[in-house]
Amino acid sequence: MTMVEKADLAEPNESELAAKIDAEQVRMERRRKIEAFLIPMTTVVSLLLIWQFGVRYFEVPMYIAPAPSDVGAALIKQFPLLLTNFWPTFYESVLGFFVGNLAAVCIAVAFVHNKTVQKAFFPIAVFINTIPILAVAPILILILGPGLSAKIVIVSLICFFPTLVNMVRGLQAVSPQALELARILSATKSEIFWKIRLPSSLPFLFSALKIAATTSVIGAIVGEWVGADVGLGALILDSSFNFRAALLYATVFMSSGLSVILFASVTIAERLIVRWHT
Amino acid sequence: MSVNETAQTQATGFSPVAASLKNASVRFGSFTAIDNLSLDIEEGAFYTILGPSGCGKSTMLRLVSDLIPAASGDVRIFGKTTEEARIAREFAFVFQDSTLLPWRTALANVELPLEMGRKRGVKIPLSDKSPMELLELVGLKGRENALPHELSGGMRQRVAIARALVCKPKLLLMDEPFGALDEMTRDHLNLQLLQIWKETGVTILFVTHSIPEAVFLGQKVLMLQAHPGRLKEIVDIDLPHPRQIKLRDTAPFTRYTAHLRELLETC
Repeated sequence: MTMVEKADLAEPNESELAAKIDAEQVRMERRRKIEAFLIPMTTVVSLLLIWQFGVRYFEVPMYIAPAPSDVGAALIKQFPLLLTNFWPTFYESVLGFFVGNLAAVCIAVAFVHNKTVQKAFFPIAVFINTIPILAVAPILILILGPGLSAKIVIVSLICFFPTLVNMVRGLQAVSPQALELARILSATKSEIFWKIRLPSSLPFLFSALKIAATTSVIGAIVGEWVGADVGLGALILDSSFNFRAALLYATVFMSSGLSVILFASVTIAERLIVRWHT
Repeated sequence: MSVNETAQTQATGFSPVAASLKNASVRFGSFTAIDNLSLDIEEGAFYTILGPSGCGKSTMLRLVSDLIPAASGDVRIFGKTTEEARIAREFAFVFQDSTLLPWRTALANVELPLEMGRKRGVKIPLSDKSPMELLELVGLKGRENALPHELSGGMRQRVAIARALVCKPKLLLMDEPFGALDEMTRDHLNLQLLQIWKETGVTILFVTHSIPEAVFLGQKVLMLQAHPGRLKEIVDIDLPHPRQIKLRDTAPFTRYTAHLRELLETC
């Protein structure tokens, strides 16, 4: 009873208890992280070993399936070639990623602020999303030529829709009470947007950006398949036509490496910016 | 009853009126949420509002805080219209859910009201207590840089109270602020709220579902009744201040709760 009679306000021992729980959680977290790393690593190493010995044991010809060691050798020996083709794909993916997502965010903002705009343009956005990117890519190459710009447009298109949908949801995911609070504070529309709507949409935005990070690489490679002489997509076609299987695999490895880099960058940015959700 | 109350206050005219409703009605389409409600809230008073669900308790707070317009009648806050009072930051609102912005620290959440509304002509009132001191007042010293998800439900609600006090409102509207908390935390925050009320002299309108909470906190309990929402009775709680939790186990206290429970059943 003394606790309540004291006009002092802290809940008793709360911080101490919280510290204990925190320490326990840190320990659990660390163990989980080690497990989360070790278990998949073991699986990957085992699979690679099975692949290596399987290929050698059954004497699979190299142009059909190279052993991991062959791919590794190609990766090292052809690294300058791989890198020259890596950068164009990197630029296409990153630029397209920014253009597509920026457009999606701006249009989402317009949608949320003006229902008529949303009614007018959302069906078009859905329609664009239904066109397979492989079908539209040749058209864009025809219009824009085999250079960088066509690929940027292809990548933007593929990034655009998931971000648009998520961003619209995010901007609308403000609790009614938060809006009542803003009204009581006589906030303007722009204050509500910058201080409430935009921050609360960020978790939604980042889950869309994570999808876009990997699909943007797909877009760039598709663009290069349709018309390009440099880039990882072009190298994939070239090495498969020439039965250079080890180089093909190494190129595929580089492509997935590019996806990983983009995905990891978005995840790091998310951790730095969205600190209130776990 | 309510007309009598109004007449009395006007006749005696001693205590200035914080909020005054005259024949105020609120309608949502054809549904009447509040019907012809008249009452005066004296400055510095602590009113708790009880009533069955659908009696318009929350609606009444939203009417007073200019969130919902009156369909008819007149609502005045310190003689101003609700809109003028909102622009002048005469009142603050504490919601059931703390409504903190999850990306802002406790301190930044308390500072939010200082950053909004200038463009709509709000002159942010200067408080005699800084946001930091207000966090200290509600017992959150040392947690000012914590994000809301790092705080317990009770702590979050205390941040919300500090935020409500930052513009030094003269009227504090509270919509079941402790409804979602466990009993221990609730008792604790009740005491704390009484202390803040005493220190700041703010007028409080406090909606609750809990009869003991209504009696423990209030100088007067407004009993509303439903369909349509209107005033049933105003019960004076003649219990001494400062109040302590053990007051709840005394006979006078339970007489009030029993009386209110009876009233509530006949609503």
